[in-house]
Amino acid sequence: MIQLNANHLVYLLEAAKWTVLLSLIAFAGGALVGLPLALLRVSKIRLLRLLASGYIQLIQGTPLLILLFLSYFGLGIMGYKLVPIVAAGLSLTLYAAAFLGEIWRGCIEAVPKTQWEASDCLGLNRFQQYVYVVLPQSLRLAIPPTVGFMVQIVKNTSLASVIGFVELARAGQIVNNSTFEPFAIFTIVGAIYFVLCYPLSLAARALERKTNVGR
Amino acid sequence: MSADKGSDDAIVRISDVIKEFGALRVLDGVGFDVARGQTVAIVGRSGSGKSTLLRCIAGLETVQGGTIEVCGHEVGRPGSAARAQLRRDVGMVFQSYNLFPHLTVERNITLALTLVKKQSRDAARAQAAEVLRLVGLTDKIDSYPEQLSGGQQQRVAIARSLALSPQVMLFDEVTSALDPELTAEVLAVMEDLARRGMTMITVTHEMGFARRVADLVVFMHKGKVWEIGPAAELLAKPRTPEFTQFVGSEL
Repeated sequence: MIQLNANHLVYLLEAAKWTVLLSLIAFAGGALVGLPLALLRVSKIRLLRLLASGYIQLIQGTPLLILLFLSYFGLGIMGYKLVPIVAAGLSLTLYAAAFLGEIWRGCIEAVPKTQWEASDCLGLNRFQQYVYVVLPQSLRLAIPPTVGFMVQIVKNTSLASVIGFVELARAGQIVNNSTFEPFAIFTIVGAIYFVLCYPLSLAARALERKTNVGR
Repeated sequence: MSADKGSDDAIVRISDVIKEFGALRVLDGVGFDVARGQTVAIVGRSGSGKSTLLRCIAGLETVQGGTIEVCGHEVGRPGSAARAQLRRDVGMVFQSYNLFPHLTVERNITLALTLVKKQSRDAARAQAAEVLRLVGLTDKIDSYPEQLSGGQQQRVAIARSLALSPQVMLFDEVTSALDPELTAEVLAVMEDLARRGMTMITVTHEMGFARRVADLVVFMHKGKVWEIGPAAELLAKPRTPEFTQFVGSEL
């Protein structure tokens, strides 16, 4: 049995970098796919709305764990063997896209209909209405819930440990296997997650206050 | 009940317009003409169809029957090519101002000038300054809508519409959300516009304004044009009991 020491701590912090990287991939990928999804959800064309909401409901009704298994083991057996970070990034992207798409749809729909009418009367086409009138107002509304969701993503990256991706949670298990001090180790791991997430929570709350001013 | 003046210089021609929301018939064969330079006041109780009529003229609602012609283009049918042209000829001002809250007063006005009329930023700015002078708000050019009073916001909304040089301006109960003092400042701007020869169709509860400024008063009741005629004449001598009662209750 090895005594828990500073090297272990360094190892955990190294692994936390991967947690951050995976979070960033998930968030960037989720945003890239989520915005088009949100726009499809409010499309004038029924088929597009149905496709987008079908995707969202499917993903929201599936545990992230299953998405991870599917993209790592499932695709692997079909001959598309992905390295763990790619499989985890893919799963988390699909997952985040569904949730961000739904959050942002709400923010687009929260812009009053009269804003559409007023810009319509000024002759703006639908693209211009989105870009210059509606989305800038949605953005303001979207920041607090989006930052809030980022917290969820950071914590959910821990599930990637099940496909062998060594991020913070997996690193905690590995250290525990050699030291067997679960209470101390997982307290430290939890504390590192807290340090990553708490600033985001604070930011979300601050932004929420800021957005409410003058409304 | 349609009282066509049938004048040759009509800029807006409305005939036999039918508008239904589901089973509810909101406009039931409405028709009248508006001559260039005329100010028309549409009055009536809530639910008489007056705001819906205005929204149909603005192309915000489609109609189920009849025709609406503005500056020679037919509007009111879905997806009509005339729509883009209509936007160039008709300005609309709403009860709730509907300024863009994330943009300054200046950008509220220049947005459509640069995007739709493809003006340069400088030309659009000059135009914004010009229309703000008309509504007496030159000093508010860099303000955001939330920093303005309701009356000021509404005057900016009028300026925003004016900047596109429309041939017809539509006003949908533009003073209903304002207290009397602010109402007066907005009405003053509208009177000024009327004097400058702008063709205006206003849905209003301000009978005083209708009396002073309108050339033509249209009293709507149950989705129909119940009475129509020159303001002074009509308001002094209502012909139907409904209008008599309405005029009485509004004074």
